[in-house]
Amino acid sequence: MISFGLSEEQELVRATLREFARDAMRPIARECDEESKIPEEFLAQAWQLGLVSTQIPEAWGGGGEPRSPVTHALLLEELAFGDAALALAALAPAGFAHAILDQGSEEQRRRLLPAFCESSPHSAALAVNEPGPGFDPRRPRTQARRRGDRYCLTGRKCLVPLAERASHFLVLASCEGALEAFVVARDAAGLALSPPEKSLGLRGLPTRSLELTEIELAVEDRLGGAAGADVQRLLDRSRAALAAVMVGLSRAVLEYAAPYAKERRAFGEAIAQKQAIAFGLADMHIETEASRWLAWKAASQLEAGAKATRAAHLAHRYAAGQCMRIADQGLQVLGGHGFIREHPVEMWYRGARTLGVLEGMVSV
Amino acid sequence: MIDFELSEHDRQVLGQIRAEALVCRRYARHYDENEHEFPPDELEEAGDFPTLLETLRGRSESDTPMAVMSALIAAGQSWGDYAVRMRRGRGALGNAALRAAGTPEQQERWGHLTLAMAITEPGCGSDPSQLKTSAVLDGDEWVINGEKIFVTTGCRAEGVVLWATIDRSAGRAGIKSFLVEKGTPGFAVAYKEKKLGIRADDTAAYVFQDCRVPRGNLLGGDESVPRESSGGFRGVMKTFNMTRPLVAAIGLGMAEAALDLTREALEQAGVEIAYGGGTHGQSAAAERFVRLEALYEAALLTVLRAAWLAGEGEPNNLESSVCKAKAGAAVREITQGCIELLGPMAVSRDHLLEKWFRDVRITDIYEGTGEIQRLIIARSLLDYTRDELR
Repeated sequence: MISFGLSEEQELVRATLREFARDAMRPIARECDEESKIPEEFLAQAWQLGLVSTQIPEAWGGGGEPRSPVTHALLLEELAFGDAALALAALAPAGFAHAILDQGSEEQRRRLLPAFCESSPHSAALAVNEPGPGFDPRRPRTQARRRGDRYCLTGRKCLVPLAERASHFLVLASCEGALEAFVVARDAAGLALSPPEKSLGLRGLPTRSLELTEIELAVEDRLGGAAGADVQRLLDRSRAALAAVMVGLSRAVLEYAAPYAKERRAFGEAIAQKQAIAFGLADMHIETEASRWLAWKAASQLEAGAKATRAAHLAHRYAAGQCMRIADQGLQVLGGHGFIREHPVEMWYRGARTLGVLEGMVSV
Repeated sequence: MIDFELSEHDRQVLGQIRAEALVCRRYARHYDENEHEFPPDELEEAGDFPTLLETLRGRSESDTPMAVMSALIAAGQSWGDYAVRMRRGRGALGNAALRAAGTPEQQERWGHLTLAMAITEPGCGSDPSQLKTSAVLDGDEWVINGEKIFVTTGCRAEGVVLWATIDRSAGRAGIKSFLVEKGTPGFAVAYKEKKLGIRADDTAAYVFQDCRVPRGNLLGGDESVPRESSGGFRGVMKTFNMTRPLVAAIGLGMAEAALDLTREALEQAGVEIAYGGGTHGQSAAAERFVRLEALYEAALLTVLRAAWLAGEGEPNNLESSVCKAKAGAAVREITQGCIELLGPMAVSRDHLLEKWFRDVRITDIYEGTGEIQRLIIARSLLDYTRDELR
């Protein structure tokens, strides 16, 4: 049954996170971007929200609530409305935890999930992106070679969020032509982290590259253990999530540009009173909405347990294109001021371009 | 709860609509090429099919709300053909206006007629405040004079809801809707328009010359002309909050047909369309196709959103303009893109793609152009009156 209705709980989540975005994210976003740093205090505050632990079963100290990709899409939008880099930082550990929760073997869940229920922030990350042109998440250049009942992992990953503080990574690799994911401990022999990466946008999110050299892994390290896992589904989850993040960023741009256009005057009236500007704002609204419904649809299919590869693909590609266009148009509304770092729009412009090419990072 | 899955019953209903649409499609080319002919009220095959009411029987709480289903049904029908339908349902845009603005007595009196809606004139379209058709009270009758063009279903309709001014100096506040039945002296169908597309749906021009109708034919019955507001005009415009999602859906039904044909042809030509990977592994044609598909999905979801709000009894003024603007642009890009993807074969009248390309173009024009929708959206976003954003 087609419905756009939020549950009471979802309304509450949305309201709470809207407040959090306004009070805890907006005030520090610029400084985090300028200094390419994320305050410990913010990570602790975000951890207190319980976004990661609530869905982990009670047996391991979590809240035991059912997984809801739709609710997760809602909260990602709100956090990204605050700041996309900080949103990804707050939810990168959840990306890893969700993968283990949804597709890990019993042993992996028992081994890896309790750490996410501690009171202080715990990090682990999805390692999906790779350097080099023509990156296709389904066909990673990182290779896992099978040797009897063991695997040997070699390759490079980039843009791994909060890598320096992560206990584990979930590394996507090609294995005999199939897509697989492997849990790699931070201190595994053969794993080297690069210095902090310097990126175009999302600078508040610390990322590193991983150099993986002949890392020895056992079957227990493969996501799902001996049974394996549907790694495409993990990508679908992250695409739906990134679409929601891009909706949040799009909304941030629109809600900044519109009041600016009402205040800024030229030729005796507010520039918003000119159709050239007003129609641009209307288009920004139309596309923010359209992108949101696509993200919801993908998340809702995931929630129903249905195959969501197509819906997630369409949502991700569409939101990426529109988010970039919206940031671009928003910057144009501010004119020269859009180019100045006093306003957040230049930061969002860089963020939109960066987000659109990412995979992994977070999930719904 | 947020959900995008159709129920089993929804799927059955849309499956039936699809079966009927396939039959309509057989007639699509004929009535496109023979614009002077009117499609019959009932196609030969129609006898075997259930009525829409029968198709919808057995709906329950767990099925998609009727407002949303109406949009999906409209899209499903136009997927077959824009205008050739299994059964000519009674009702056109004028019926929606009668439901929105008519008194209960008026609805009782004229509800059974197919009513067109006449707004546009040779000299004004998007700005109805400039319309010249006038209605002057003479005793207990209104005397109507003027010309109307672009009257959808104007030939087939049994009556018309007409916009005319009773006080030119009052601007929009002076505009009232009148109901005029066919056969009223002084009311003539001047000609049938020849169009780019949607040729099976007739479009008429009307002339009113000292056409007299009873005083009670003013829709809603309110003869006052307030000086400080737009009067009942805004109420009349509300009709469009219901119909805009529907015309957007109709356009998208045809865009979906274009996408289906294009996918099939591309796959036959060995173009693989894959989801889930990066953009680099796809051929340029596949990548382009996926973008058009995403555009279709995005536009359809804005339609469902606007329709869903209407079903919930929530205001959807903004959302109905959003979906109309979005669909209007999307169907153009989709059909233009599909032709480009398929190349020379696509412009052949052996296929329906060139017809859909022509048919969808009206979507961004009628019931408010894309520009008018953007004005409405921008005013709402910016909290501007129509004087602040013109």
